[in-house]
Amino acid sequence: MKLSCNIDIRHLTRVEGHGNIRIKISDGKVVEAKWEVVETPRFFEAMLVGKHWENAPYICGRICGICSIGHTLASIRAIENAFQIQPTVQTARLRLLLKHMETLQSHILHLYFLAAPDFLGTGSVLPLINSHPDVIQRALRLKMIANDACDIIGGRRIHPIRTVVGGFTMLPQKKELDGIRQRLAAAAPDLVASAELFKSFATPSFVRETEFVSLKGENDYPFIGGEMISSDGVRHKEADYRKMTNEYCVKGSTSKWSKLSRKSFAVGALARMNNNFGMLHSAARNVASELAFAPVCHNPFMCNVAQLVECVHVVYDSISLIDELLALPLQEDRQTVSPRKGCGVGAIEVPRGILYHYYEFNAKGTLVKADCVIPTSQNHANIHHDIEEMAMQYSQTNVDDRDIELLAQMLVRSYDPCISCSVH
Amino acid sequence: MAGPISFLGVPLKRPKVAFFEFTACEGCQLQILNNEHTLIGFLNLVEIVNFREAMTERSDDYEIAFVEGSISRSDEVERLLEIRRNARILIAFGSCACFGGVNQLKNRFADLDWVTKEVYGDFPVETDEVHPIADYVAVDLNIYGCPVKKEEVEQIVTNLVVGKSVKIPDFPVCMECKAKENICLFELGEPCLGPVTRAGCDAWCPSNRRGCWGCRGPAGVVNMDQLEEIFNNYGFKNVELIDRLECFGGFTDFTSKLRTKAACEQRKTEGRS
Ligand code: SF4
Ligand code: SF4
Repeated sequence: MKLSCNIDIRHLTRVEGHGNIRIKISDGKVVEAKWEVVETPRFFEAMLVGKHWENAPYICGRICGICSIGHTLASIRAIENAFQIQPTVQTARLRLLLKHMETLQSHILHLYFLAAPDFLGTGSVLPLINSHPDVIQRALRLKMIANDACDIIGGRRIHPIRTVVGGFTMLPQKKELDGIRQRLAAAAPDLVASAELFKSFATPSFVRETEFVSLKGENDYPFIGGEMISSDGVRHKEADYRKMTNEYCVKGSTSKWSKLSRKSFAVGALARMNNNFGMLHSAARNVASELAFAPVCHNPFMCNVAQLVECVHVVYDSISLIDELLALPLQEDRQTVSPRKGCGVGAIEVPRGILYHYYEFNAKGTLVKADCVIPTSQNHANIHHDIEEMAMQYSQTNVDDRDIELLAQMLVRSYDPCISCSVH
Repeated sequence: MAGPISFLGVPLKRPKVAFFEFTACEGCQLQILNNEHTLIGFLNLVEIVNFREAMTERSDDYEIAFVEGSISRSDEVERLLEIRRNARILIAFGSCACFGGVNQLKNRFADLDWVTKEVYGDFPVETDEVHPIADYVAVDLNIYGCPVKKEEVEQIVTNLVVGKSVKIPDFPVCMECKAKENICLFELGEPCLGPVTRAGCDAWCPSNRRGCWGCRGPAGVVNMDQLEEIFNNYGFKNVELIDRLECFGGFTDFTSKLRTKAACEQRKTEGRS
């Protein structure tokens, strides 16, 4: 039996933002096991008060560098819901395609640059450039298609320019979309090779049962709007997001935490797949079964596998979306905005899970209240309880200190936390 | 990583480089990992010894420090001073570091307690007024933008490595925009800060049909009176001008002047009615 260990990781690396892990075991008993978020808060919700509606998507994109497209779109959706604007079919397709490309770039960045080094025994992706050039070239190819597509549709890969309330300021050209389509179709072997790579990694066998929250797809695998469900059977409308998130403050964390039916819940690729598995593209489901994923999966390390499966899904779905767009006579259809007094919610599945923006406007369209609930803040409690459970399980074994330390880090990384985003 | 590099047969020393982040979205650092077609070449140019977002190894032995983010808490000041002590060249990386970025929008509320209460209720959370890093340490070079443009970063880093001087444009975005033969957005009914904002982004936003919000701060010489006139001539009010100018913190001096002026005018009209 493990007698003692003392793990104190300050500013965990290869995650976005600043978080600490503390595990202290003595005489086989867990004395302390926690996840602390120490990131400096930025107060976006206060910054928005008194601002004109037009500012919100522009400012809120800056909540996060990795999922700025998701934030911009959630913000736009909240405003459109408040002002009762219905996006056109063309706008809806283009937005979903843009979101897919953000998901692909974010997942690839996480899988190859942040997670893979743990499995390949290095501290970062840098040594892999020489030791595993094929792997790195493949990651760069996939990430580049996604980023190029974001440039073409959103005008920029970080903090998009063309996305506005009512539509787009400018449209991609059909030949640009077709170029992306061809590159996505040619990416199939890279996706297969990615699956092979992750198949060769030994996923730790840790399991802790929890509740999973995501959007609920009606006919499609869900990304933008609709109802939210949990694997424990809770179901709410988009406008009732607060009943799903129940945010509260905790000591030792500048990010809020959330809970629903239990002491914590999880959002993200694993939650989405657990709740909507049947709606994945068949190619994605095949990869899932190859990688031994079956819903409902309670192993948080399988989040990596879930992200990989989603990469396959978004690539194939994007090809269909582009086909639909190419069949449309692409036209400038940006709608004019007439502000009104009211409130609106935008719920969107971003790479790390479900994201909500809520705004309240006066009759002039000035913001009087704002609330943003970020995926990683919903995951913090779950990460914390996973670390507790992991410490308990390992306190009864002979696992080496260094292994526990590495596993704890890998555990947090598998959630792909976006900490500065959670402390917005 | 690759071995020694040389240019036209002249060996070059790869400088040790570190990246740090404070109050920020980490979007500028993420840009470092973008531009995949030149990424490996770029990574080869320098020796990265500290980059928490992407690597586990850390070292305090570096020559160039890229500092992203603004300063809004006491522990950040301590960390920043230490970085300054270690670095030969300290670069303010992105608009948050250069001007406070969008984060400084909270400074427009005189009551910081209200700001914390609005977000955290009665839960105690430490926060200070947002400041650009130059308010605490000497900055050797500013790289502007929200986010920074990777092409510009590549150019600047290459110049640093080969020992060439770094030149950041003094002229305004309008010149780049005109060179791209864009239709001016004012003509399309949208305001733009292109006439006063520092160029170097290749008119990123106006070329995507979105007015400039001034993320790169003021150009070398700016004529704010004329900008006000352009806004007014095209039917935009001063509140709209202030709204844009205050977004990234680069125009703080001008916005406070405009604000005082707007308040005076408000009082005048109220007096008349
Ligand atoms: S300047 Fe913009 S992109 Fe860079 S860290 Fe600040 S908010 Fe993010
Ligand atoms: S769009 Fe903006 S940057 Fe371009 S010419 Fe007009 S004012 Fe200048």
